[in-house]
Amino acid sequence: MDDLLREFLTESGEHLDTVDAELVRFEQDPNNETILRNIFRLVHTIKGTCGFLGLPRLEALAHAAETLMGRFRDGLPATSDSVTLILLTLDRLKAILADLEATGTEPSGSDDDLISALERMAEGAPEPQAVASPPPEPVLPDPVVRELKPGEVTLDELEAAFLSAPGPDESDFLPPPAPLAAAPAPTPAAPAASAPPKAETRVEPVEAEKPEPARAEKAEGAEGETTAAAKNQTIRVNVDTLEHLMTMVSELVLTRNQLLEIARRHEDSSYKVPLQRLSHVTAELQEGVMKTRMQPIGNAWQKLPRVVRDLSAELGKQIDLVMVGNETELDRQVLEVIKDPLTHMVRNSADHGLESTAERVAAGKPARGTIRLAAYHEGGTITIEIADDGKGLNLAAIRQKAVQRGLASQADVERMTDAQVAKFIFHAGFSTAAAVTSVSGRGVGMDVVKTNIETIGGLIDIATTAGRGTTFTIKIPLTLAIVAALIVRAGEHRFALPQVAVLELVRVDAGAQRVEHINGAPVLRLRERLLPIVSLTGLLGQSSPGGEAEQAGFVVVAQVGRERFGILVDEVFHTEEIVVKPMSVKLRHIPMFAGNTILGDGAVVLIVDPNGVARQVAQGVQGSGGHIDADADEAVEMADTKTTLLVFKGGQGSFKAVPLSLVTRLEEIECAKVEWLGGRALIQYRGRLMPLVPADAAITIKSEGTQALVVFSDGERAMGLVVDEIVDIVEERLDIEIAADRSDLIGSAVLRGRATDIINIAHFLPLAYDDWARGLKRPEQISTILLVDDSAFFRDMLSPVLKAAGYQVVTAASADAALAALQADPQIEVVVTDLEMPGRSGFDLVAAMRRAEPRLAGLPVIGLSGAIGADAVERARALAISDLVAKFDRSGLISALAEIGAATVSKAA
Amino acid sequence: MQAANANTSGATTNGVETGATDDFVTVYVGETLFGLAIERVHDVFVPSGVTPVPLAPAEIVGLLNLRGRVVTAMSLRRRLGLPDAEAQADGTKASPKMAIGLEQAGETFALVVDGVGEVLKLGADSREAVPINLDPRFRDLATCVHRLDGRLLVILDVDALLGFTPAGAKAA
Repeated sequence: MDDLLREFLTESGEHLDTVDAELVRFEQDPNNETILRNIFRLVHTIKGTCGFLGLPRLEALAHAAETLMGRFRDGLPATSDSVTLILLTLDRLKAILADLEATGTEPSGSDDDLISALERMAEGAPEPQAVASPPPEPVLPDPVVRELKPGEVTLDELEAAFLSAPGPDESDFLPPPAPLAAAPAPTPAAPAASAPPKAETRVEPVEAEKPEPARAEKAEGAEGETTAAAKNQTIRVNVDTLEHLMTMVSELVLTRNQLLEIARRHEDSSYKVPLQRLSHVTAELQEGVMKTRMQPIGNAWQKLPRVVRDLSAELGKQIDLVMVGNETELDRQVLEVIKDPLTHMVRNSADHGLESTAERVAAGKPARGTIRLAAYHEGGTITIEIADDGKGLNLAAIRQKAVQRGLASQADVERMTDAQVAKFIFHAGFSTAAAVTSVSGRGVGMDVVKTNIETIGGLIDIATTAGRGTTFTIKIPLTLAIVAALIVRAGEHRFALPQVAVLELVRVDAGAQRVEHINGAPVLRLRERLLPIVSLTGLLGQSSPGGEAEQAGFVVVAQVGRERFGILVDEVFHTEEIVVKPMSVKLRHIPMFAGNTILGDGAVVLIVDPNGVARQVAQGVQGSGGHIDADADEAVEMADTKTTLLVFKGGQGSFKAVPLSLVTRLEEIECAKVEWLGGRALIQYRGRLMPLVPADAAITIKSEGTQALVVFSDGERAMGLVVDEIVDIVEERLDIEIAADRSDLIGSAVLRGRATDIINIAHFLPLAYDDWARGLKRPEQISTILLVDDSAFFRDMLSPVLKAAGYQVVTAASADAALAALQADPQIEVVVTDLEMPGRSGFDLVAAMRRAEPRLAGLPVIGLSGAIGADAVERARALAISDLVAKFDRSGLISALAEIGAATVSKAA
Repeated sequence: MQAANANTSGATTNGVETGATDDFVTVYVGETLFGLAIERVHDVFVPSGVTPVPLAPAEIVGLLNLRGRVVTAMSLRRRLGLPDAEAQADGTKASPKMAIGLEQAGETFALVVDGVGEVLKLGADSREAVPINLDPRFRDLATCVHRLDGRLLVILDVDALLGFTPAGAKAA
């Protein structure tokens, strides 16, 4: 039964998706009988199978929906209301199916609401109601229910039902006047029991009575026919099986490459011919297996008509969705990744791109807006376009916002092309003021879309014309599994660079083609244009910048999006088809690598991610720009950067803020879902219990309606900070005045002209979890402090505290990173380190420093510790650690830093 | 995973299963002898051709090719907060001597150790809880200690061993 049920679930899921899409089509084209027949058939199939499997709830719902659709077929006009009702029913069906899939049994519950609404709608039909409607109800559903329900109870009877398969069929067909009974009944039961005899018996009566056979061979059933034919030629294969096959083929490709490599070195040619043959077969096999992973992009689009329909109702806009190139195929894995971004972008186009009907009419455009989705192959990539004929992006507003948020200077913005300006919408948290309120609960913006697409090596571009609309163009690789890559050497090691990003190679030396420097930033003159250069070794922290630029080497000219840059490498070998293997979970956080592979000679090499490199290049450029700006107005604040803050109302209407980098998500929850355990508020959040903590004593968790939450998480733990209202996201230079003795506040600052309290998350975390104090970071006081902590969370939390106290802060995530930072930055005067870190602990770090050159050996160190025990004190003394401070003791840290500062000054004096 | 659970439950139901014994692969790091549950050990091999990963957490030595699979090599020394053997031995860069192939969540890891000893069959009678005065790093990674003839065997929890999270994603 299990297999049967699983089969049923997959099949019904697909059917429902199709029905979803078809219904929307039907609504627009109510006279199209083919569509209606198709819908009718699918719903009937589901109903029949449910009855067969003994799923009364599903069956009753499907039946009610089917009855209403029967009315349509009899000529009842399909109104928007009735279609909405059916769509709702489909949603309910899907929910029940999901439960069924999870638990294996049909969930209990009542669907009387929907069923009675459907029946009412069906009976509202004038003439057919009296004649047709009553007969099918008693005749068709009843026999099915009656015969199968017992089957549910005793297996014998179910067995009997199986054996006497033609029996129910006949009873189905007995009432010929019922239009409902006619067509689809066969298909539902068919897959389960005696398929062939049924199909045959059925086709005849069906055709005799009504011209809407389920899988008729007649011309009319054009759609039905193709599906039927397709069914015969395909089999369902478990995705895991395909994945495994793909992995094995990848291994085969690798082995072949290794063999070819060996063959290249040996002159002995006796095995060259079979090897050649093996090579060909492997290539073909690889191609074949790749094909099995290909799916039409239409699968990802299937849900969009429904989405657009619902949106157009919600927004009161008339929207046409045009989809071209449904059949364009791409790798399953790629498809999964782009599904959500596509939906999001279509939503965006409908919501923000298209104007309201009134505006459209006023602008002299057709009242119905159009969103056009197109997909096509282009070389080794697939291009997807999402175009709307709306008002276009407001570039002036974007320019202004970009300057406001400090993403670019006014002068830069003026110089940028429209396309470059449009790209600002991909920045995290970038939205025009009007849209900020809708930030809450959504959790996905254009930056996420861009990130998703970039993770699969894709590119996204925007073209916009004021008043004419916006077009997003996405280019993605056909497959992720095998790519052509350029093998290069940087320092002692080889790396693979995906060929797609590579435009050309330029040899550089000390002569004509040489790398020049502007304020330390390397650039190359290439055909009368300047190309920013980044050295791969420098990027990977393998050597100090400067020296290597003088050597001869190669510049790999790469392009990501519209950014062009050069990657300086020492040597270029050859190109090779490589099988991309994912990075280990332990290494996936390194943005510089897209994966790894095994080369023909058996060596493992890392695949450099051009997107990651591009980001680093841009950051380097921005960094130096910021340096100059700050220099101009405030020498002290040289390295200071702006902080993005989330502003919310918390307690008596006061404004509070928290660094956005600490925030995991914004949520709106229903107050009814808050649970109280031992006086503490909790909510079930993503399968876990999350404690809720009010941001201010004056806030009480509402008892009804919705409650705004700011979710913080560290590792697996999450905490919901209860706030009155999310107000805005602002980016400003933080100028904090330390608050008087309130542990819940770091201090206050002026943001957007309003006095705003900056809350101290460190105060709230222990309220949620008593032991949430392990990873901690502190900035140091003097002038430049190196803050070492393995937890990004605590680093982010302490940096503002230290900056507020007047220090420059450099952070490091591990003892090794700290040592590198110490070597690189002679300005560091104090080290604040977490003593308990995975890998090399803070003690190890200090020990290493003490052994190093005199400058490092003499640096004062403050140790942070969750628990200061006697042995820790002992070790700290042995290593000449100046002070030990408990992790959440902000004032203790500040005063310890002040002491060191005083000591340094007196020594200098 | 299951093996680890079995281990844990074995440790807690100490007295009950007197007759039962567990097999452990023993490895050396410096002078200390460690044990790994044999069910978790897929391979013992000599690591060669390790490709270092720039910007990686300190524990990770690099990637290596183990019969066509890319395996992440992790140093047990660094995981335990001990200095590298090479650093002590006067700058001569000796390649790591042995590696143990472990699997977690479908990924293969190579645990680089100084040496691999024999396989020991040990019962509950020699098992002791982890002494509380051990370095926290050892305490977090050990499940129990066995008293052997003349020396002690620290049993490591493979999941805890592989369970470190990459340090601050942004930091790199």
